[in-house]
Amino acid sequence: MSTRSLPALIAVVLAVGVLAQEGPELGIEATPEEVAEWDIGIEPDGEGLPPGSGTALEGEPVYTLYCFSCHGVEGEGLLNDVLVGGHGTLDGPAPRKTVGSFWPYATTVFDYIRRTMPYQEPQSLSDDQVYALTAYLLFLNGIIGKDEEMDAETLPEVRMPNRDNFILAWPPQDNE
Amino acid sequence: MPERILEDLEPVAGNGLLHRRLFLKGSAAVLGAGSLGLMTAAPAKELPPWMRGPGRPLSGYGTRSPYEAGVQRQVLAATGTDGAGGSWTPLEALEGMITPNPLHFERHHSGIPEIDPHRHRLLIHGMVDRALFFDMDALSRYPMVSRIQFIECSGNSYLAGLPARPINDTCGALHGLVSCSEWTGVPLSILLDEAGVDPAAGWIMAEGADAAAMNRSVPMAKAMDDALLALYQNGERLRPEQGYPLRLFLPGYEGNMSIKWLRRIKVTAAPSMTREETSKYSDLLPDGRTLLFTYPMDVKSVITSPSPGLELKEPGLYQISGMAWSGAGRIARVEVSADGGATWGEAALCEPVLDKAVTRFRMAWRWNGAETVIMSRAADEAGEMQPTRDAIIAAKGTKFAYHYNGIQAWRVDGKGQVSNVYA
Repeated sequence: MSTRSLPALIAVVLAVGVLAQEGPELGIEATPEEVAEWDIGIEPDGEGLPPGSGTALEGEPVYTLYCFSCHGVEGEGLLNDVLVGGHGTLDGPAPRKTVGSFWPYATTVFDYIRRTMPYQEPQSLSDDQVYALTAYLLFLNGIIGKDEEMDAETLPEVRMPNRDNFILAWPPQDNE
Repeated sequence: MPERILEDLEPVAGNGLLHRRLFLKGSAAVLGAGSLGLMTAAPAKELPPWMRGPGRPLSGYGTRSPYEAGVQRQVLAATGTDGAGGSWTPLEALEGMITPNPLHFERHHSGIPEIDPHRHRLLIHGMVDRALFFDMDALSRYPMVSRIQFIECSGNSYLAGLPARPINDTCGALHGLVSCSEWTGVPLSILLDEAGVDPAAGWIMAEGADAAAMNRSVPMAKAMDDALLALYQNGERLRPEQGYPLRLFLPGYEGNMSIKWLRRIKVTAAPSMTREETSKYSDLLPDGRTLLFTYPMDVKSVITSPSPGLELKEPGLYQISGMAWSGAGRIARVEVSADGGATWGEAALCEPVLDKAVTRFRMAWRWNGAETVIMSRAADEAGEMQPTRDAIIAAKGTKFAYHYNGIQAWRVDGKGQVSNVYA
């Protein structure tokens, strides 16, 4: 080997070293139907919201049936989280973080109820029921009206009261 | 006594802190003297029961001594939803850098699922060329790496420093939402490359297969850097409590992001703003605004012995032992004070000192029997130093709840009892 080609060889070795490791490529392609069935998430712009709709009026009996025993009368909290109230308390000495006072996106309310609730039987409610529960919690927090219909169009438009009070800590900012 | 040993017994800081070499090299010579005395004491008159006959037969899977059965995680969960809560590692009962698997801390949001690995698959989809499923057999054939690294809940140590008055509990109950293991698995970047990530993608959303379908957004930079799809913990397959059969592991980042029971990764342009990352694991500031995405766990240390519940029986020579860790890298230095922070001495760091791993530190201390306050402070290779409680509260108030890393002070009273104090 000539000494002239040594730097080139080192460069090649380094390049290979920093390349990602190779796998055996055993992934099985998922069909769009399979992806749709697996993808239960809702993005803050509303992507993923299903057809269907509901109002607070419709949500109240659903809440009583599935949510009341843990979250109390009108979301005031019982065994588990308080869902309603706390508005204006975040800058005081005893902040109360609720769906109404704290959560930045209404879409997250739908997403969380659908993926996690009710605790004993998640993903068992219909999309209409989830829209109705979401509407009920937004209504109890004074954010929408009692007969305002929540659906894939209207829910992402709901402006949560605390929305503008979040500061992104990532990516890290240079102090210079 | 050799000159070196005499030198090691010289104090390096106030109130009896001795040179760290004492417990590194001088221990055999100095401490051996006492045990030698024991060996030549009165000869045993009768055999202990365990020497009079053979012990129990061999077994396929080990168990600990029944005399250690009291070493338990401290469990806290809400009534009615007892699968949603946490369990704290009993740090005061452990040594070294590795947490035994059955004592690794837990934080679950809807119980521990019992997943059949033959029916478990990971889906990667979203902004990729090809949406791909991977089953566990397939994942087991990918190149793996092993790393010894800690995982810490960002709510850890809240109870130690942020309540208005100090809570007196064990070190584990106050700081035990941190554990350290050897994690083995497949670098996530290999699978993302196979799926073909759209250059415009900035994030991934990772989701678990528990009943909560717990999910978090993770910056693409972290996913491509050192994110691991872990299959093994300390050499054996993950325990169900740690995400069996597959978990995401994000070194140095707040534990909640290392999604257990991983079933789905969606490649996205922007964060998904999940319930966990917005309403729970975010940091409320004094002015009412909230920090989102405070990912790395800051440099921290705590003395595990002596600590509350481990009293000093009499004045004399003791070993201060503790743990230090940082989400920014290796621990560079740990200092210990035995006089309430007036003077500090450098503790010995036990090898290996690894990137984003728990590092054990030790220091010799001759306790004179008088009441005092002991504390430790760590610095990491990024140059960050563990702050005082006062400094943190001055900067961030007391409402933020997550990412508290203040210096822990233990009061040792005249009877050798240890308690949590704000100092």
